[in-house]
Amino acid sequence: MSDSEKSEAPARPAGPPRRGTGGGGPFGGMGMPTEKSITFGPSARRLIGRLRPEAIGVFFVVLLGAISVLLSVTGPKVLGMATDIIFGGAIGGQMPSGPTKAEVIAGLVAQGNQQQADLLGNIDFTPGVGIDFSALQVVLGFVLLLYVFSSVFQYVQGFVLNGITQRTVFRLRSDVESKIHRLPLSYFDKMPRGELLSRVTNDIDNVSQSLQQTLSQMLTSILTVIGVVVMMFLISPLLAAIALVAIPLTLGITVVIAKRSQKLFAAQWKHTGELNAQIEEGYSGHALVKVFGRHREVEARFGEKNEELFKASFGAQFISGIIMPATTFVGNLVYVAIAVVGGILVAGGSIKIGDVQAFIQYSRQFTQPLAQLGSLVNLLQSGVASAERVFELLDAVEQSPDPLDAASPAPTAGRLAFEHVSFRYAAETPLIDDLSLVAEPGSTVAIVGPTGAGKTTLVNLIMRFYELDGGKITLDGVDISTMTRGDLRDRTGMVLQDTWLFKGSIRDNIAYGRPDATEEEILEAATQAYVDRFVHVLPDGYDTVLDDEGSNVSAGEKQLITIARAFLSRPEVLILDEATSSVDTRTELLVQRAMQELRKARTSFVIAHRLSTIRDADLILVMEAGAIVEQGTHAQLIGKGGAYARLYEAQFAAPLEETPEGTPVGR
Amino acid sequence: MLGRILVRFVKPYWPLLVGVLVFQGAQSIASLWLPSLNADIIDTGVAQGKIDYIIQVGGIMLAVTLGQIICAIVAVYFGARLAMAFGRDLRAAIFARVGEFSEQEVSRFGAPSLITRTTNDVQQVQMLVLMTCTLIISTPILAIGGVIFAIREDPTLSWIMVVAIPVLLVAIGLIIIRMVPLFRKMQERIDGVNRILREQLTGIRVVRAFVREPVETARFGGANEALTDTAMRAGRLFALMFPIVFLVLNLSSVAVLWFGAYRIDSGDLEVGSLIAFLSYLVQILMAVLFATFLAFLLPRATVSATRIGQVLETESSVKPSVAPVTELHGTGLVELRDVEFSYPGADSPVLRGLTFDAKPGTTTAIVGSTGAGKTTLVNLLPRLFDVSTGSVLIDGVDVREVDPDLLWGRIGLVPQRAYLFSGTIASNLRYGKPDATDDELWAALEVAQGKDFVDAMPEKLDAPITQGGTNVSGGQRQRLAIARALVKRPEIYVFDDSFSALDTATDARLRAALTRAVPEATKIIVAQRVATIIDADQILVLDHGAIVARGTHSELLTTSAEYAEIVASQLSAEEAA
Repeated sequence: MSDSEKSEAPARPAGPPRRGTGGGGPFGGMGMPTEKSITFGPSARRLIGRLRPEAIGVFFVVLLGAISVLLSVTGPKVLGMATDIIFGGAIGGQMPSGPTKAEVIAGLVAQGNQQQADLLGNIDFTPGVGIDFSALQVVLGFVLLLYVFSSVFQYVQGFVLNGITQRTVFRLRSDVESKIHRLPLSYFDKMPRGELLSRVTNDIDNVSQSLQQTLSQMLTSILTVIGVVVMMFLISPLLAAIALVAIPLTLGITVVIAKRSQKLFAAQWKHTGELNAQIEEGYSGHALVKVFGRHREVEARFGEKNEELFKASFGAQFISGIIMPATTFVGNLVYVAIAVVGGILVAGGSIKIGDVQAFIQYSRQFTQPLAQLGSLVNLLQSGVASAERVFELLDAVEQSPDPLDAASPAPTAGRLAFEHVSFRYAAETPLIDDLSLVAEPGSTVAIVGPTGAGKTTLVNLIMRFYELDGGKITLDGVDISTMTRGDLRDRTGMVLQDTWLFKGSIRDNIAYGRPDATEEEILEAATQAYVDRFVHVLPDGYDTVLDDEGSNVSAGEKQLITIARAFLSRPEVLILDEATSSVDTRTELLVQRAMQELRKARTSFVIAHRLSTIRDADLILVMEAGAIVEQGTHAQLIGKGGAYARLYEAQFAAPLEETPEGTPVGR
Repeated sequence: MLGRILVRFVKPYWPLLVGVLVFQGAQSIASLWLPSLNADIIDTGVAQGKIDYIIQVGGIMLAVTLGQIICAIVAVYFGARLAMAFGRDLRAAIFARVGEFSEQEVSRFGAPSLITRTTNDVQQVQMLVLMTCTLIISTPILAIGGVIFAIREDPTLSWIMVVAIPVLLVAIGLIIIRMVPLFRKMQERIDGVNRILREQLTGIRVVRAFVREPVETARFGGANEALTDTAMRAGRLFALMFPIVFLVLNLSSVAVLWFGAYRIDSGDLEVGSLIAFLSYLVQILMAVLFATFLAFLLPRATVSATRIGQVLETESSVKPSVAPVTELHGTGLVELRDVEFSYPGADSPVLRGLTFDAKPGTTTAIVGSTGAGKTTLVNLLPRLFDVSTGSVLIDGVDVREVDPDLLWGRIGLVPQRAYLFSGTIASNLRYGKPDATDDELWAALEVAQGKDFVDAMPEKLDAPITQGGTNVSGGQRQRLAIARALVKRPEIYVFDDSFSALDTATDARLRAALTRAVPEATKIIVAQRVATIIDADQILVLDHGAIVARGTHSELLTTSAEYAEIVASQLSAEEAA
């Protein structure tokens, strides 16, 4: 298998998205299948460890959060005190002045109105005196300050935390990007491309989202629940016990519903996948569907799958949608219980009316973060699982660093020599063993041979994409492993079979290797590589933007653009690896003529499947199974009647003999 | 665009929408009713020490709570149904529209992009509808209901609500309005960062070969900084949201107590009502918090809606005839008359001044350089593109006048990329003729030189084929694609570079078998390899979209320099001489 063919996992559009909602807010992770991390603990610790540069900030965030929650949790209790003042004033104001509170209660008891007496016993009032507005002013002023400070602290906390998470994610992204450039190419061969892409994009996004949401909400939710529970117990253990029933009840209902909806969600994802496959096939085979008259069947099949998805997703969304009303229901039950029991307790004089009011507010404040915590845990788990996959990438073994006292041969024509080179991709299977060859300055060396013979590997070794297992490669007598990779590659230009163009205009893509090139130089290179010829039928000429979405540029045209890129960069050693495989033969010939000019002053390596391309090379190397089995010029090798001659036969001779006329062409 | 899509696709389900509104309204009223019942407990039950009354009202509260959850579940039922039906219809509309597209529109958007638009983008908008129907819609209902209940409890004190709720909604609205563009920008920048990473990974060899790591790192660094900058600003804005909501409501609570105290002191208000007021505030607060979802959902949904709108609003450049010709008299004569084709906005046309006939029983070969317009030319026949000027005629009728099904039935196309559908070999071969017998399939396979390898498969015709045909080799795929066209038995065959993955011997055998099997058909062959077209009745040499030479192989060798060059580029000097 040649390296250009391996690790080409087709970039399929992602299957069912992992987080369908795009996860905003407390219900972001709800009902979505979550991947569980294998080693949650260590990865979570390491993720938290990445916050270390922000330690001071984190300390302040926790402190500010705690203060803010403390202040806001105190609020209802103090408001309750205000209510008590008002209630007391209201009761006192209705009574005639004169008798003291004790006398009034004694009077009620004497009338046999024990209940009323119990109620009043626990209320601060003075008969005949209305609401104490100055006391009320003090209490309300205090609570006002509590709330204002709580909000200010909450905002400052959010502000600081935002900076911390954004900077942490920024560093993570930067680390991953610079890691990419330090990994050996063998790493990219082993890892399917789709998998790698998903790690550097989806997984980092996921880490970022879950950090942003969990860090801020987790902290406040936990602190609020704790604070509220403490306050409730301080006020009334009995009512607190009633309110706490909500916890198992909420959890129980959520778990029961979530379990049922999990199955429905699985069905939803299954149908989503099936429908997406339908859509993919319908769009990819668009022309065929039409010309073969199948559009009706395709639409009917799509309609069926679409209907199935509708049914499945409706079920899933409905069942999971019940969680919200159900938790609200539990909250309301608690509310009713507190209203009734609290009312009875107040009437019995055992607690104050303001406390019941505070309780009602607390019970509302506490079911909500409780419901939130569940989905936060889900989100955190998926975030840590993603982080683990990113860390794996960051931990991968890097290529050897460049030598410090790197050799740098003076620019010369470029004599390239392989001296007893051995190399293998996998330890067990030697690919190249004891291979020696010399490319004289200014010569063109062609490498031919069947797929898997190791042709592309030779090129990879010259570029030092891989390290040798034995022997050495020298450029003008200097071992290339003693040069810096950058220096070596600066002297070497390469055009590969699978063209790589980045999103940008055709002009920018040509200038990739030499951003300082002038417009004239770009046009010259484009003309030589026959790019100029097709560019003018494109919507925006040289400014036509190439991207992975729709473009009117064919594979052959892309190859021509990459050739123009190599023309422009003017290297000392030129490597063409199946550079014109998708270009028609006549254009190829024309490009080759232009390349002759380019090749004149430099050593060139040409790998080609089409033998017509390399007929006039100075030296043709025939490779089989990692070894050079024949070498010589075209005429010499044909004369020899060996492996090269056989390859040549297979490509040209056969069809000419089999044409119906029976006579070879052109005679 | 989002608005237009919502109106168009929600409209058919207006009864569901009304249902959502009614039941959400009912459940909101129920939850607002609870505090007012609680007020009764306090003012009548507690103040007068009537335990029975407290329990009695507690019973009513319980009933209201039950009513509330029932209404809420019904509302979720309607909401989920509405949202999912909306998504289904939107998907169907996009799919139908793409079905009408010509290849020009498909290649302009790109198949992967169209797939994303039909799947993920629809999901984003659908999520907005779902969340709106199940959660967000209760915000305005509770806000309005809260004011109404407050007025019922004490009209004088309710001014606090009348002030606080609009202040809150305006504050949240202002934040969301600012966040929507920020979030949209953030999404763009996330895409930007991911695109650079994707490019670096796919082009890792090129990046290293050109020693562009520092430049790439700088390019990435810029994108990363831009993303972080936007995310930072969005995050700061978002950090403002909850403190403001809490502050406004908490300040309102304090105001309620302070001004309520005066009302109570003057005997105009009871304490229970005061507590009910506080409960309304908390409930409205919760509802407003749900509205903050909009800040997350809206930006994504608007971007997605725009992308969906682009598809829905794109008219196909190939339109079926209003009064189509439903019958063709002839045996597959193809005529091109002064055909020109250009992409919109391009400097020069892809094809120009093309005139030729392809007669039944003959083979017409088209050769030319990469980018000469060969594929565009053959795609004009089945109207995958329509000419810009001139005309393409089949059996004397302009293809634009012909009923599409009739036209497509006449043409057997083997495209450049031999795409197979998931299924079996048989289901693929029957693609153009569902009722073909196994014998017909084998006959086609024999001509296409595919009999041997299909026969060698354990399941033979029932051998599974994965999507795209990735589980068979390129050469096998091409032969199956050719057999698929043969099974259809059309009058006209179009082979768009369909022999490239075959070795030259197989190529020759296939063409010989083809001539024997369908001698009367019109055959149009696009090819790179001279050997493939050497025996064609006429060879058209295409250059820059124009026919620069035509004739048979031996004629062209002497009359066309371009053709001679093509031949020379493939044959060794001694052979071409």
